[in-house]
Amino acid sequence: MAKLTFVGGIHPYDGKELSKDKPIKAVLPKGDLVYPLSQHIGAPAKPIVAKGDHVLTGQMIAEAGGFVSAPIYATVSGTVKAIEPRRVVTGDNVMSIVVENDGLYEEVEYPAVKPLDEMSKEEIIERVKDAGVVGMGGAGFPTFIKLSPKEPEKIDYVIANCAECEPYLTSDYRRMIEEPEKLVEGLKVSLKLFDNARGILAVEDNKPDCVEILKKLTKDEPRISVKALKTKYPQGAERQLIYATTGRKINSSMLPADAGCVVNNVDTIVAIYHAVIEGKPLMNRIVTVTGDAIEDPRNFIVRIGTNYHELIEEAGGFKKDPVKIISGGPMMGFGIFDLDVPTTKTASALLCLTEDDVSKMEPSACINCGRCVEVCPGRVVPRLLADYAENYNEEAFLAHDGMECCECGCCSYVCPAKRPLTQTIKSMRKMQLAKKKK
Amino acid sequence: MSDLMKVSSNPHIRSKASTSSIMLAVVIALLPAAGFGIYNFGLDALILIVVTVLTTVLTEYIFEKLMGKKVTIGDYSAVVTGLLLALNLPPKAPWWIGVVGGVFAILVVKMLFGGLGQNFMNPALGARCFLLISFTSIMTNFDCDAYTGATPLAALKAGESVNIFNMVVGKTAGTIGETSMIAIVIGACFLILTGVIDLRIPGSYIVSFVIFISIFGGHGLDFSFISAHLAGGGLMLGAFFMATDYVTRPITMKGQYVYGILLGILTGIFRIFGASAEGVSYAIIIGNLLVPLIEKATLPKAFGKGGAKA
Repeated sequence: MAKLTFVGGIHPYDGKELSKDKPIKAVLPKGDLVYPLSQHIGAPAKPIVAKGDHVLTGQMIAEAGGFVSAPIYATVSGTVKAIEPRRVVTGDNVMSIVVENDGLYEEVEYPAVKPLDEMSKEEIIERVKDAGVVGMGGAGFPTFIKLSPKEPEKIDYVIANCAECEPYLTSDYRRMIEEPEKLVEGLKVSLKLFDNARGILAVEDNKPDCVEILKKLTKDEPRISVKALKTKYPQGAERQLIYATTGRKINSSMLPADAGCVVNNVDTIVAIYHAVIEGKPLMNRIVTVTGDAIEDPRNFIVRIGTNYHELIEEAGGFKKDPVKIISGGPMMGFGIFDLDVPTTKTASALLCLTEDDVSKMEPSACINCGRCVEVCPGRVVPRLLADYAENYNEEAFLAHDGMECCECGCCSYVCPAKRPLTQTIKSMRKMQLAKKKK
Repeated sequence: MSDLMKVSSNPHIRSKASTSSIMLAVVIALLPAAGFGIYNFGLDALILIVVTVLTTVLTEYIFEKLMGKKVTIGDYSAVVTGLLLALNLPPKAPWWIGVVGGVFAILVVKMLFGGLGQNFMNPALGARCFLLISFTSIMTNFDCDAYTGATPLAALKAGESVNIFNMVVGKTAGTIGETSMIAIVIGACFLILTGVIDLRIPGSYIVSFVIFISIFGGHGLDFSFISAHLAGGGLMLGAFFMATDYVTRPITMKGQYVYGILLGILTGIFRIFGASAEGVSYAIIIGNLLVPLIEKATLPKAFGKGGAKA
């Protein structure tokens, strides 16, 4: 059988050996916790606490600020110290709730949960919504919206994105090794919403142990299958994943639901499990702290709001001076200039590198080698798009499907002339998207 | 921890391959052919190669210095051009042919159009055709110490029989680098294994050429006729080293097949119906001119395009 995959893609050094065998360790925050009101796509959450209020672990401190939005919960007990703009990983200042940790971790009483069988579909969606679950793979799209498409009976596949194709990241891997039951249960919860759907656990084949564990766990689940995908970046990109597992294609203007699919990543599905089965809101996530500058690369379960400095400390600090620190993976993460930022719902990793390929390698003239075209999973011509973007030729940019770029970074990665193709195309896309909104 | 962190847009990692590593690989891949040329034709060939390569590199250096541009000879692309041009010269050509050709290749075909990546025609081939038209008698005289008389292709065209074994090994008259099919294929294998080139263009070029001469060559599927055409002249050197020139071939994958087939047909037309025995150089430069059109017609379809809401 041909391997399940897509056309294009790259095979960068994956760096996963640094942290893949390190069990998930819980980190207790020491300093203040910072909760940006915008850590999801959509309207910022609205604070429902005021300066000086005492809050408990698991207490809602900001409610959804619109339909496409998500509430935010305190992850420690303590006092609201301020509601003020704070810096986040992207470098922006975002209005945030700052909570001083009293170190007691007093928890609220979580509402009683009904057994899954007795819950209606609406109740399940309501719980996911109230728990503030958003896409934790990086996008941060509110999960309840994904779970409530217009025609739920037309959903054929619920796909668990366990590809983890970004180099260095091992958080999903550890989750699958250590708590595979939660993943499978979470998937079963999602499947309850879609009567005609089958569940797919899509894992890259560089994680054969996960494939085996998940297969064993789901051997008596007729609706769930485990699919091993070819290891290739960006196998976990939503459109490529849907294509690899189902053969269906969607473009930038479509939602997975248009192809009868619902896709969620590992941590998100585990959050669904916590929300629906245990009645707990989204309060923590797994973060891989790694890179050749880190003394002891590790996977941590982190309370949202925890400062990045503390994560570095927990990983033994720096053994060499980092030149570049990235929030997320090296292909799509953000380069950050300040570690004084909080862990958010979408922060998958903290990668500290002692060498920066980007500043080390100077861009030169394009030699038309065509590698960008070969690797582009969006099947566009990055070389041309970058030219159009540089000359601000909107018409040609749009005519050559510039908006179909998924910003995965493959073109910049392979470019022998070291041209910043992704960045150039991305800027143009941002401008076009901003124009559209007007 | 240093206070100043590097920030940049994603991705934060880059592959090791660079323009200079690719060009260097091409230089290495041309060494077997160059080495065989020197072995076959002696010191004259060596001198011509050295003179031509020095000319192309110096021309690029001087032009960039004079124009106040960044000097880019470190990317080895001028070396590739010089080497390719030298391999396309007759072994007994005087040294100044290499100089004239080298200056023309770099100055006129490459730098005046904007330097690396901007030239629409392969510089080495542009210069070869320039020399062929301007100094026809020198450029078509393949007599040397080792061989006299016609090249195998010319002999074949005249209806004489040729020794295919000698043609494959390279012990025939011809330009410095084109005679040995074996040496060229060794270099080409190196480029394919290192991922610098693939078989899309050479493959479709050679296959379509074989089909063309089988139909129109007048010999049908005659094995010795076809293999003589494959081993003779500049076909191998052209298909693996010049038709695959990044800058002057289509960037789209489908376009590369179209381009290869086009070259095969043009080469067939020139060789079978043309006045000259050879046709690879002209086929490729005409192909070069059609690249923008081919690219335009073969743009890939974006992933998922034509879906429900596209």
